[in-house]
Amino acid sequence: MAQDHPLPSISPDVRRSWWTPARRDHFTGYLFILPQITGLTVFVLAPLALMAWYSLNEWNVLAGTFSFVGLGNYEKLATDPALPGVLWASACFSVGLVLFNLSLALLLAVLLNQKLAGTVVFRTIFFSPVVVSLVAWAIVWRFLLQQDGGINAVLRMLSIDGPNWLRGPTTAMTSVIVVQVVKNVGLNMVLFLAALQNVPQELYEAARVDGASRWTQFFKITVPLISPTVLLTSIITVAGSLQVFAQIAVLTEGGPGTSTTVLVYYLYQQAFQFHFFGYGASLAMLLLLIVGALTYLQWSLRKAWVYDND
Amino acid sequence: MTALLALAPTAFMTQAQAADGLSLRMAVWTGNAKHLALLNGIADAYKAKHPEIGTITFDTIPYDNYTTTLTTQIAGGNAPDLAWILESAAPDFVGSGALLALDETLSSTAGYDFADLSPSATALWRQDGKLFAYPFSTSPYAIFANLDVLAAAGQKTPADLIAAGSWNWQTVAAEAAAVHAKSGKNGVEIRDFDYKDWTLLTTIWDGWAARPWSADGKTCALDSPDMADAMTFLHKAIFKDGAIPGPGTSGDFFAGDTAFSITQISRASLLKDGAFKWDLVPLPAGPKGSYSVIGQAGIGVFKNGQHPQDAAAFLAFLSSPENSLKLAQFFPPPRLSQLNAETLGKTNPLLSKSQLEEVVVKGITTGKVSPSHTNNAQIAQQIRASLDAAWTPEADLTAVLSGACAKIGPLLAH
Repeated sequence: MAQDHPLPSISPDVRRSWWTPARRDHFTGYLFILPQITGLTVFVLAPLALMAWYSLNEWNVLAGTFSFVGLGNYEKLATDPALPGVLWASACFSVGLVLFNLSLALLLAVLLNQKLAGTVVFRTIFFSPVVVSLVAWAIVWRFLLQQDGGINAVLRMLSIDGPNWLRGPTTAMTSVIVVQVVKNVGLNMVLFLAALQNVPQELYEAARVDGASRWTQFFKITVPLISPTVLLTSIITVAGSLQVFAQIAVLTEGGPGTSTTVLVYYLYQQAFQFHFFGYGASLAMLLLLIVGALTYLQWSLRKAWVYDND
Repeated sequence: MTALLALAPTAFMTQAQAADGLSLRMAVWTGNAKHLALLNGIADAYKAKHPEIGTITFDTIPYDNYTTTLTTQIAGGNAPDLAWILESAAPDFVGSGALLALDETLSSTAGYDFADLSPSATALWRQDGKLFAYPFSTSPYAIFANLDVLAAAGQKTPADLIAAGSWNWQTVAAEAAAVHAKSGKNGVEIRDFDYKDWTLLTTIWDGWAARPWSADGKTCALDSPDMADAMTFLHKAIFKDGAIPGPGTSGDFFAGDTAFSITQISRASLLKDGAFKWDLVPLPAGPKGSYSVIGQAGIGVFKNGQHPQDAAAFLAFLSSPENSLKLAQFFPPPRLSQLNAETLGKTNPLLSKSQLEEVVVKGITTGKVSPSHTNNAQIAQQIRASLDAAWTPEADLTAVLSGACAKIGPLLAH
């Protein structure tokens, strides 16, 4: 005889535990990234928020006063007669650095990608400045570049009367760019080298069979296939070029005149030397905006020239 | 029992704090071992008399970025209790209200003799009749001469020139140019100038009665005829005569490769025994007559420091007549009773009585302090950037100087 007992009703909450495998996986995932998120919040996001707040205030460190000025610092920014010159110096430095750095890094990578004896030694030589202390590097170059320094001593041996490198507006900017390029070109060189070694050799073999010259192979095969690395290095180099400070502080202190006063050095002067911390913060926000805009621009344009394997 | 356990750590901490005592920190720019040994000796003597003080540390901040680093420490909530303050920063620090007025503490300290402090030495550090820093060093600029380098180039000694009444900038520049031409050594170095710290040019400008701004600080004077004459003299000495090493040229008087060095007498400590024969003489006369320039440094107590009253009490001890005399071997004191060759001679064995009399005592009593102004860093930066254009052989000095005035005029008037 069949018993006709109704089954007890089970509410969905009881049927399915809240602590599902999916939730457990999410929780575990968040635990893994918690240290990174904490670091990002404490050392990046919170200072960024504070910077935005400081830019709306004027802070007299000596007097100990902190007063809200609204957009006053941004109005000062818009009318600062020195700012166009500062932005021009920053643009000259960035353009010079990016062009010189990327082209030299690519050239070195292509040369050192050959199967020749001694390439490992040269790779080490070109990479070693990357790990040298930046300030120590700049101090040594300051001595080399002065009127009676090492560079001009070598030029004199060749009967060339070298300029006072760090005292002329053009030579000072060129010197700072070259010092920075020599310091960091090794990093981009290594990235390019890795990209070059990932280019399939059969593509070159096929191109040779078709009669393509070495230049054609380089521009039609090599450059497109390493274009993702070109994008990466250009973003890193552009962002880095806008943050240059130590080299300027050690080599030129923004001079002669204001010819090498780039944005970060100007920010440092305003905030830490002249004690206009609020205005310095507004300059920092401007720098953030410029770096963000340039990075977005590079990222947006990638589809036009970066080879996508997918 | 539970209550006792809960209180135990607190009681322990209180005992530990009492045992350790208060900590005072003083920012200084000297890293000289002798200077620090002297300061630490005075601090030890103070701690022996004041058991409530646990430690007194002297925190060396490099001179090049001293004021910037100090203000960054203040901004970061890590202000020292006391600090040396550069004369160039004096108007900003004194005018800001950051410093504690010292009159009450100093005048009420037994045996201090507050009235002994020279009014001219303390003028820069006063506001509204109150003293906001103790001028621990009032050091005249002078000329060190390397007598061996001069003799090798067949030039007269400064003593000979002074005796002949021809100790003036024209003669000195001629001798320096001759030294450079004959031996390749440097003629006159303006120590620490490095074509950046233009305030040191006051040591020459004052001979032409040329100052960067008017006495009231409101008008630019860089485009004055006196300044044009002074700068023309300097430019010719650098780029035509080779009397002064040009930009980017290395050299060091105390290494023995320079005939004359314009610097403060405290640099005498860099002289090495027997390395070369030397003399210390006053600055040469300029077209507008004899003059003297003094550099000053003060010690201030930060009002918002952790222990301002204890710091002020330590400063009273550090600057007492007895300790002022000890400090005088490196830092000329502001005390009138100690500004004589006999007293200074006891702590300055390197300098002769006549050097102390002519250079130190006369320099301090007649000298003008190097220029400083409210918002000094910004004004100084504008002048430095403008003067960069003057340090080339083909410079148009008139255009450079009027351009500098166009830059700093609004800042001075502000």
